[in-house]
Amino acid sequence: MAFTTISGREIAPLYTPADIATLDYARDLADPGAFPYTRGIHPTGYSGKLWTMRQFAGFGTPEETNARYKQLLAAGGTGLSVAFDLPTLMGRDPDHELSLGEVGKCGVNVTSLADMEVLFDGIDLGAVTTSMTINSPASMLLAMYLVVAEKQGVSWNALSGTIQNDILKEFIAQKEYIYPPRPSMRLVTDTFAFCTERVPRWNSISVSGYHIREAGATAAQELAFTLRDGIEYVQYGIEAGLDVDTFAPRISFFFNAHSDFFEEIAKYRAARRIWAHVMRDRFKASNPRSWQLRFHTQTAGVSLTAQQPYNNVVRTALQAMAGVMGGTQSLHTNSLDEALSLPTAEGATLALRTQQIIAYETGVTAEADPLGGSYFVERLTADLEAEALAYFDAIDRMGGMVAAIERGYPQKEIAESAYRFQQAVERRDQVIVGVNEFVEDDDERIGTLYIDETAADRQMARLERVRAQRDSAAVARTLDALQEAGRSDANTMPALLDAVRAYATIGEMCDALRVVWGEYEEVPVI
Amino acid sequence: MTDPKIRVVIAKPGLDGHDRGARVIARALRDAGMEVIYTGLRQTPEMIVSAALQEDADVIGLSILSGAHMHICPRIMTLLKEKGLHDVRVVIGGIIPDVDIPKLREIGITGIFLPGTPMQDIVDFIRKNARSRVESL
Repeated sequence: MAFTTISGREIAPLYTPADIATLDYARDLADPGAFPYTRGIHPTGYSGKLWTMRQFAGFGTPEETNARYKQLLAAGGTGLSVAFDLPTLMGRDPDHELSLGEVGKCGVNVTSLADMEVLFDGIDLGAVTTSMTINSPASMLLAMYLVVAEKQGVSWNALSGTIQNDILKEFIAQKEYIYPPRPSMRLVTDTFAFCTERVPRWNSISVSGYHIREAGATAAQELAFTLRDGIEYVQYGIEAGLDVDTFAPRISFFFNAHSDFFEEIAKYRAARRIWAHVMRDRFKASNPRSWQLRFHTQTAGVSLTAQQPYNNVVRTALQAMAGVMGGTQSLHTNSLDEALSLPTAEGATLALRTQQIIAYETGVTAEADPLGGSYFVERLTADLEAEALAYFDAIDRMGGMVAAIERGYPQKEIAESAYRFQQAVERRDQVIVGVNEFVEDDDERIGTLYIDETAADRQMARLERVRAQRDSAAVARTLDALQEAGRSDANTMPALLDAVRAYATIGEMCDALRVVWGEYEEVPVI
Repeated sequence: MTDPKIRVVIAKPGLDGHDRGARVIARALRDAGMEVIYTGLRQTPEMIVSAALQEDADVIGLSILSGAHMHICPRIMTLLKEKGLHDVRVVIGGIIPDVDIPKLREIGITGIFLPGTPMQDIVDFIRKNARSRVESL
């Protein structure tokens, strides 16, 4: 029986030169560092510079998360990555009705500048790079980060990091949106324009396939929808009056590393080739840095099992290896306990050690694009590219990604794939070790992180102190100015910075714009 | 005649938007012959109980991954009692720490489904435990 990947792709038992007969080395592959970058964006692969080991972390209060960051940096982590809780992601203060039970649970709670100051206390923002997984209120959290840097005396020119800022995949997959698509896109292009001018080393977006894949997409759908989202952002940036070569080099990507080893590696290679052509041929970018697709990778959270949790260490290591052999610029490895809770300190350390073993003990870093030229991998790369381009055509015909989202197209495609996968698991066509095969009656239990309610109480207390101590006239004035910026065509970033400096809360800033733009509600479909 | 189909309200309470599980289960229950109403995202306990009342639901299925279950579930159970919906069965799927499972059982949530549960187990549980629509005539 033919092997079928999680994405439903049938794999032939043998690939031969006939499978890559039309492949032209100079045109389709080229050496690493040369267009179309199929083999990587750096001529020397990892022998020049390893990937950044960036472990996503955040829970409870800013104090607790600050301690975790210091632990990860001390253990040899090379960048920070902030996980925010749901109230922060959704632009709600901890005392809002919908924040009940959610404060500090899925990440750290950041309500105002006062929290951000604690989160980065004792960490030199000029010396670390920080990625912030924040989307709808991305510009507000960026403003908080910039003001903390200001207070530390660090120039914005010296800051380096990323805001995820990818609202399209929120509508498609993760569903943490606030405003309707079009005003949401305007917030994104405001950050493009602001960062290009004022924070030149900041990556103003991380176009994310990770969540699309976690929601059930196939590898080809992850590739297609992510890159088509990237096209949409570039298009909107150009329409907002920006020169493509000023902001395109600061666009980065974020992909999943799932369990189908070769298909994943092919996916990253195809992504680089497609993006290089899109930027050069579709958008006429002339700066080679605009053509180069840089990406972060995270191993597949959805592949982790609550049953036999130690197996997750092995899954994660193999997935991480795919990300590395696909040439990722940075990597997060999941902890073994993440189907059960947020990671414990021990779990997070073991996940980081997994990356260090790959980097320093396996030798896979010695060679750039070690699978380049494999009949199998080159054929997979070409097939994935063709499938993505077919999706581009379909979405272009609908009038672009925003229009496709408004009619629910990518959402439905992903839901179909998710259901097909679950049926394959039920039929045991798709084996999951410890879940539908090799099951043990009594799974070994591991220690998990339990976040109690005191985090919410402490955050509520700080919020009350902030409200009592700040200049409420300044808050009202800056929020009015923000609303005014939202109504006009002015860039919202300067108004946001003023509101942040006055210690306006995330709920207050988001509400100011909710009044102007309204809120998005998805039509629920099964 | 009352339709003998089991009526299930699938709801996603709280701020979380990860709806893969809720939607997959909704489809599986529908394919198993149940009448499924999916509320969509960001439902308060009040909205969920009101949907159960309006839809004459036999079962409420909650999907919670964010850790907010110990706030949301007791509130739903209290509201159900207040509305006199004593025989509506509540089941939950998601990431539920071991220590919380006895507490949820104590307030009357007996169907607790953790990651990796086969869809068929959930279908079987609901068939076995939902109130009978025929007998209630």
